[in-house]
Amino acid sequence: MTDLLFVLFSALALLCGFLTVANPFTRSPVASALFLVLTMVWLAGLFVLLHAFFIAAVQILVYAGAVMVLFLFVIMLLDLREEERRRWNRFGVAAGLISVLGLLGITAVTLLRATPDGTGDAQLEGATHALGLMLFRQYLLPFEIVSVLLLVAMLGVILLSKRELK
Amino acid sequence: MDWQFLAFSLAKILVVFAVVMTMVAYAVLVERKVSAFIQDRVGPNRANPFFARYIPYLGMKLVRWGIFQPMADALKAILKEDYTPAHVRKVYFWIAPALAMVPALLTLAVIPFGSQLGAQKMVIADLDVGVLYTFGIVSLGVYGIVLAGYAANSKYPFLGGIRSSAQMISYEIAMGLSVIPVFLLVGSLNLSDVIGAQSGSLLAWHVFKQPVAFFVFLVAAFAETNRLPFDLPEAETELVGGYHTEYSSMKFALFFLGEYAAMISVSAMMVTLFFGGWTLPFLGLDQPAQSLWVGLLHILIFFLKLCVLLVGIIWVRWMLPRFRYDQLMDLGWRRFIPVALANIVVTAGVLAMMHR
Amino acid sequence: MIVERKPLNLAERLYIPAVANGFKVTWRHFKRTLFEGRTAAGDTAGGFHPEVPWRVGEGYRGAPYLVRDQDGATKCVSCQLCEFVCPPKAIRITPPGPDGAPADRRNAEKMPREFEINMLRCIFCGYCQEVCPEEAIFLQRDYSLSGTSRAEMIYDKEKLLALGGAHAGLRKWKQKEDEARAQEAFPPAAS
Repeated sequence: MTDLLFVLFSALALLCGFLTVANPFTRSPVASALFLVLTMVWLAGLFVLLHAFFIAAVQILVYAGAVMVLFLFVIMLLDLREEERRRWNRFGVAAGLISVLGLLGITAVTLLRATPDGTGDAQLEGATHALGLMLFRQYLLPFEIVSVLLLVAMLGVILLSKRELK
Repeated sequence: MDWQFLAFSLAKILVVFAVVMTMVAYAVLVERKVSAFIQDRVGPNRANPFFARYIPYLGMKLVRWGIFQPMADALKAILKEDYTPAHVRKVYFWIAPALAMVPALLTLAVIPFGSQLGAQKMVIADLDVGVLYTFGIVSLGVYGIVLAGYAANSKYPFLGGIRSSAQMISYEIAMGLSVIPVFLLVGSLNLSDVIGAQSGSLLAWHVFKQPVAFFVFLVAAFAETNRLPFDLPEAETELVGGYHTEYSSMKFALFFLGEYAAMISVSAMMVTLFFGGWTLPFLGLDQPAQSLWVGLLHILIFFLKLCVLLVGIIWVRWMLPRFRYDQLMDLGWRRFIPVALANIVVTAGVLAMMHR
Repeated sequence: MIVERKPLNLAERLYIPAVANGFKVTWRHFKRTLFEGRTAAGDTAGGFHPEVPWRVGEGYRGAPYLVRDQDGATKCVSCQLCEFVCPPKAIRITPPGPDGAPADRRNAEKMPREFEINMLRCIFCGYCQEVCPEEAIFLQRDYSLSGTSRAEMIYDKEKLLALGGAHAGLRKWKQKEDEARAQEAFPPAAS
């Protein structure tokens, strides 16, 4: 049952991920955004299969429910036809390649380091309490750095949008 | 994965679904009746099916109370022409009503609507992250409205959709922050534990322990369900009908029912989080039921609390005028989020002092 | 006049008096209707619509009908101004044509062979009444139009005339005729 669901969720996640970036039927950004939402939902399903209920719920709440809605919001407010045009940008291609290679590298390193038969930290399974303790004790520094990163992004947005007021 | 569990879950889902859909239909009737009484009218009192006259004594009374009106409404919605305007984006136009309806129903999966009947806990899914699940699903509710606004491909629905997404995202934050103190007190995200923490006395109810949290949650709930005084996404006087302007027949009915289903699920959340769920602090009704009758009584208690809150929400619609959009945003971002944050800090501080 | 905006105190900024007053008013009406059985329709008209028909006031703009003059003649002269001005294009007039029947009153040139108003299209704007040079069409007091088919809701000339009744306005062409006669009489009767 679990294996079947795993195959189902990962296949659907991959399919929706593919349709997000290269949909053969439409080039509408709204369709891409919606397929990204679906990808998030299937990913949440995968987290549930790993008994990581907290992560699954947060995945839906934050990514599908908040971030993607804002994406849609912005897409709808922009001029769609401008966005549908395909432009090969040398800088964009280079940045994309670098980020994809970097992600691949990280994934490969993680997979190679992982013990194939290990079942992970059983203490963390589904327990919000344990997760919270870990986040605020062992991984406090990365957590705070991420917060600062978000703060920087917020300040940047405020600065950009309020520029004309100066 | 045993079959008994599956069978019982399926039965619970079916029963909850049936009850909620009936409640939705009758919530519409209550809305119409309450609005009528407030506005010196009588409301629906003429739906008179052929079998009404065979009900002894009560028949005509039921007709006068409009008990058969939901049937007539449903029949009308089904029989009406399902018109799809030529300029809409078809795919989104078709999935939007479903997306508006489904999240409201999914939310009910984690609400404990009773203690237990026999050995069965009266909750469809007793999740450890219950409330996060609820917020996750509630946050998906915005897609139905945004897509309806986008799919209709005309200006009023679009404005409604844009307003709605901004409004729901803003108030989701206030809503999420407002309940954190409750969970600080309980120490668990499981909704059954939340109810357990509120047993004992009336003062253990979180509405008395955390009035600020309740108030913020209540207001955010109005905004999340697009009810007056925050019904800007469908503000009839400005946007014709908002996001569902272009819809007709059953698709429109789905939006309509979705709104009421969202009201019910949000009221169920409030009952669970702030009003002690299925418990009553007297006669030992705050302990899980040992017999079948007490189990049914618990369900009835939950149902009655739910109905009181529903009537309250309905009443507010006919009591308060609509807010202006900037007032709405100002209220959400500059009043409720700071208040909710302050409430979290104060609660956490008090708890830290007490546990030292 | 400029109304001074008073600064709101804390309670007012929290909407407390507004909510309290709102509840007071709504509860008063709710109680009166539910427990005392009083309704606006009951108080003003003594009942509800189908049983106690609503009497509309003077000048109500209901369905447009054709009227006859005091002699029972058709006032409409088929000028088609109303057809032209009708915003939803609800009116269709078929003029008599060169060999059609003449008007059924003296001195008027013609009358419509057919005059149809589609009551499903009519928006009761009153432009036809406004534009009519003959005072032949009036928005009358009918507000409850119903039928079982679309065809039934297209009112033809006979139906419109029957529903319209007689109108006690001035008789334009009779007056013109009288004036003409007075001019022909020589010497003038006056002075």
